[in-house]
Amino acid sequence: MSKIPFLRIGPPAIPAFFWAVPLVVVLLAVPFICEALGQPFYLRVASRILIFALAASSLNLVLGFGGMVSLGHAAFVGIGSYVVAVLAWHLSNEVPVLTWPIVIEGTTNAALAWPAAIGASALAAFVVGAISLRTTGLYFIMITLAFAQMIYYYAVSLQQYGGDDGMKMRGRSVLPGLDLANRTTFYYLVLVALLLCIAFLFCLARSRFGLVIRGIRQNETRMRALGIEPYPYQLTCFTISGAMAGFAGVLMANLDTFVSPSDLSMARSDELVAMILLGGVGSLWGPPLGAAFYILAQLGLGNLTTHWPLAFGPALIIVVLFARRGLVGIFGERQR
Amino acid sequence: MSRPALEVEHLNKFFGALKATDDLSLTVEVGELHAIIGPNGAGKSTLISQLSGQLRPTSGHIRFFGEDLSRRSMACRVQRGIVRSFQITSLCREFSTLTNVALAVQARIGHSFHFFRNAEDDPLFTAPAQDALERVGLGHRAHVAAGHLAHGEQRQLELAIALAAKPRLLLLDEPMAGMGLDESMKVVELLLSLKGHYTIVLVEHDMDAVFALADRISVLVYGHCIASGAPERIREDPAVQDAYLGEDEADARSA
Repeated sequence: MSKIPFLRIGPPAIPAFFWAVPLVVVLLAVPFICEALGQPFYLRVASRILIFALAASSLNLVLGFGGMVSLGHAAFVGIGSYVVAVLAWHLSNEVPVLTWPIVIEGTTNAALAWPAAIGASALAAFVVGAISLRTTGLYFIMITLAFAQMIYYYAVSLQQYGGDDGMKMRGRSVLPGLDLANRTTFYYLVLVALLLCIAFLFCLARSRFGLVIRGIRQNETRMRALGIEPYPYQLTCFTISGAMAGFAGVLMANLDTFVSPSDLSMARSDELVAMILLGGVGSLWGPPLGAAFYILAQLGLGNLTTHWPLAFGPALIIVVLFARRGLVGIFGERQR
Repeated sequence: MSRPALEVEHLNKFFGALKATDDLSLTVEVGELHAIIGPNGAGKSTLISQLSGQLRPTSGHIRFFGEDLSRRSMACRVQRGIVRSFQITSLCREFSTLTNVALAVQARIGHSFHFFRNAEDDPLFTAPAQDALERVGLGHRAHVAAGHLAHGEQRQLELAIALAAKPRLLLLDEPMAGMGLDESMKVVELLLSLKGHYTIVLVEHDMDAVFALADRISVLVYGHCIASGAPERIREDPAVQDAYLGEDEADARSA
């Protein structure tokens, strides 16, 4: 399989169609399988996996491709969720979001609320990135974490929007032409969103921008010696990643019709990092695979015991120690 | 006489009390191969780092075709055409040899805010990169990951990357460091073929290579330039013999 040159994004390579095609076929069939099993709940789990796969992929863009270890990525996911929920809250309570300088009404229209949410996440990522990227290494990790904690406590303090308890939405966003309340339709929307984002990342990784970003991770001094100042590229990468995380947040809020500060907590950020480590850092399919594995493990082990992280923690350590390239490495993705 | 490519005037670099560069002045003419020699710790690499912009001088000026670049960033100087190679190999080890060079081409052509088109196989970047690889004799290794190259090959790759950046001034920091005899010979041949086409500042320990290659030589001792001139003049300069060559020859005799 390693003979197919156009599927490589350099070592670590992405797996060939060998895995991708049957995977997509199975993903397309999931609603029918759930129907046949008479278990609609599983479709919800599948949607959740895909959304987390998207969130983990967005983090992988900065962490895996760019080598920027952000420990606060859930904040950008959470901002996306909150914007959707807050706009919906204002509509149902008939209170404008803003009265000055312009009047902004609440909305559940996806064509308005979703871009707003994604834009808000991108803006937050831009601001956080602009400051954090002036540092490197451990300091960068700590600053992203500090910003995420600030945003978390800000969400907790929003009494109007449920504070610590979060808030329930009346329903999903309204997308003209699609009935998002239908769980099968929603599942397919999420699937398409994920596949588009992965296709985008695939292109990005081999584009001029992607090569620069991956080059900066490997050797910053070398890139400077080529005349490439890393900062603007890293900041752009961080902002794109934030926008993608915001999109995951939008979908998350719509799946659960509920948001709470735990959506942007440090624990959630850690989960995203764990998914990437588990699946394979810097690979295209690693984070989705890690997300699937994580959520299924959470579900399966969580049924047995509430102390399931006790089993999961050591499993993660074993993967990090013995299978550096994660599950993707185990599943036959070959290095040149 | 035309304007020199590089003018270094009264350059100083202090690390605390240590004067790594001490009131150093030298000029490099367009098209010449200017070698910089000196005993260990004479501040040769420190000088290269200041010329390339990795280190800020404490005081003094670096003029490149008349433009004062002494406070400019490394990236800015590369865009002006000052390109360096590293004494300790500095590569993107996961990328292929070809991609390492293609990145230099890409950086020269303009900004890299292009997000969609596949650049990895784009002949716009890979064709000049392949040419540069052929030039240093690495053409057959284009698709090997840079980290898997032998040490000598990595040194050659450093040169290919520098060439692909189309330098107006090439700063070579010990391009033969750690190379075997055969490989060194190849690099000397390569540098001979580059001579005249590029303006080159060469830091090198191998005296045979330096005297075979250089148009002019500057001798650094304790961060200060004690002599600058044609190879024959440097060989005969008593101060240089005293500070450097004599010591070297004495070593050679005793060995």
